[in-house]
Amino acid sequence: MSLDWKQTDIVFVDQPALGAAERLYLPQIWGGMKTTLRHMFKKALRDRTVVQYPEQERPLRVEIYRGVHRLNRDEDGRVACVACFMCETACPAHCIHIEGAESPWADREKYPIKFDIDELRCIYCGMCEEACPVDAIELTPEFKLVGKSREEMIFDKEKLLMVYEQTKNLKPRKDPAITGYPETGHRDRVP
Amino acid sequence: MADTVLESRPDLNLDVVRDEIGDVRTEEMLVNMGPQHPSTHGVLRIVLRTDGEMVLEAVPHIGYLHRCAEKIGENVAPYQYIPYTDRMDYLAGMNNNLAFSLAIEALTGLEVPKRAQVIRVIFAEMNRIASHLVSMGAYGLDMGAFTPFLYAFRERERILDLFEASCGARLTYSYITIGGVTDDVPERFIDVCREYLDYFEPKIAEYNNLLSFNHIFVKRTANVGIISAEKAINWGLSGPSLRGSGVKWDLRKVHPDCGYDEYDFDIPVGQGLKGQLGDCWDRYFVRIQEMQQSVRIVRQALDKLAGTPGEYKHKSGKSVKLPKDEIYYEIEGARGQLGFFIQGDGSQIPYRVKARGPSYCNLSITNEVVKDCLLADVPAIIGSIDVVMGEVDR
Repeated sequence: MSLDWKQTDIVFVDQPALGAAERLYLPQIWGGMKTTLRHMFKKALRDRTVVQYPEQERPLRVEIYRGVHRLNRDEDGRVACVACFMCETACPAHCIHIEGAESPWADREKYPIKFDIDELRCIYCGMCEEACPVDAIELTPEFKLVGKSREEMIFDKEKLLMVYEQTKNLKPRKDPAITGYPETGHRDRVP
Repeated sequence: MADTVLESRPDLNLDVVRDEIGDVRTEEMLVNMGPQHPSTHGVLRIVLRTDGEMVLEAVPHIGYLHRCAEKIGENVAPYQYIPYTDRMDYLAGMNNNLAFSLAIEALTGLEVPKRAQVIRVIFAEMNRIASHLVSMGAYGLDMGAFTPFLYAFRERERILDLFEASCGARLTYSYITIGGVTDDVPERFIDVCREYLDYFEPKIAEYNNLLSFNHIFVKRTANVGIISAEKAINWGLSGPSLRGSGVKWDLRKVHPDCGYDEYDFDIPVGQGLKGQLGDCWDRYFVRIQEMQQSVRIVRQALDKLAGTPGEYKHKSGKSVKLPKDEIYYEIEGARGQLGFFIQGDGSQIPYRVKARGPSYCNLSITNEVVKDCLLADVPAIIGSIDVVMGEVDR
């Protein structure tokens, strides 16, 4: 492939002429530094903006954040899931695997004997939560997820119920208020 | 000037005599820029054929981030594909969601409620601001100015806070979906968003003081990487890269979807303020001005949202059946024209999904612009085109 050059394509470019002050560049550096320094010495603004992460933590809007899954228990302490496979069907990443069985309880037909979620494969889109007819599967605001092996990151039923025990009082809400909005990082250091 | 032969593979034996333009003849060298170079904005590898400080040829090598997103689209239902579109242009996920949703809606003839349309406009424009902030900050970083990057991220953080409160994610939103949006805006959203806009608008002047009109920055970007309007159109550029060359073309005005025709806003184009029309500075400044226009749109949309009660989602958005038909639908994304081609076969799952990423098409002009520039100008040019590799490779 060869390109034909046209005379109109060629643009002759001149360097912009500089005055003596501009050639020094010092006024330009000062001009830029003025804004920087003004921000540097505003302590209130700095405290609001910077989060010293491991010591400080940003308050998340816990009600709606899409983090690790949990499997809810109903008021009798049984697993709330009725093994309807809605979440498995809705999942775009195919990371949920359910095995249902005849339920030992009178009020429902089925319950899951196996409920595995591959947390490494999950894309945290929240479609399982949306699809669930009995609000059994929910996404918690817990996002710090660590594991030493791939097997460990496949959460089974017991583990998902354990997440529920730990995050019981964080009830996901459909319409959360925007709270503490400007003070994103303004929280005391945790010892 | 010697005939430069362009091939997909640089020819090492090509002996270009540089004496013709009065330069000292030196040995040619192949330089790999990327895929880990900080100013290639992702995993872009550019093979540069250099002669001293001059770049004779630049061949972008892409595909490091390829994830078969289009093939995945042929295996999942449209509503399940929404999270995958998030991951294409990961800086402007809302715009990607919007483009795909609009394409499916146009194919199936789904009516979107009025309130959903207004919410869509707000989030698409807010995401455009967030995306341009990253683009601006990272461009400053490429040019050696570190501070604007931090300020841009500080402002972007608060936009992400608003998104997080609305949909629960900070990057992969999946908020705009087929038939509307997944959830209504949270309470107090309108007030907090307005508060943010009041805070953000004066910051644009601050960026201009800090970066745009700083002579050191202007010297590095003005008169560098000039793309004439004709060339920009010929190479299929779109978005701020096209408008930086002075072409008045914006799909929000050309075929307004989502009710963009009801909003009052201008399309900023490059004017050649600091150098030749269509240089890197013009493309950069179009983005700054676009942020201002987006603020204007969001303000009007917030007023409209307060007076538009009703549904935020069409009920059958999740169960749409695609007719035996095909459609190509484009919107103005943050980086340019973002289009989806969808072919249905009567079932719920598309027969074919094809995405037209603006970054991919904009990247194609690299060789044409970078050629015969100095090596130090390459980051300035790549940065001003503003590619997102997630979208180039898909």
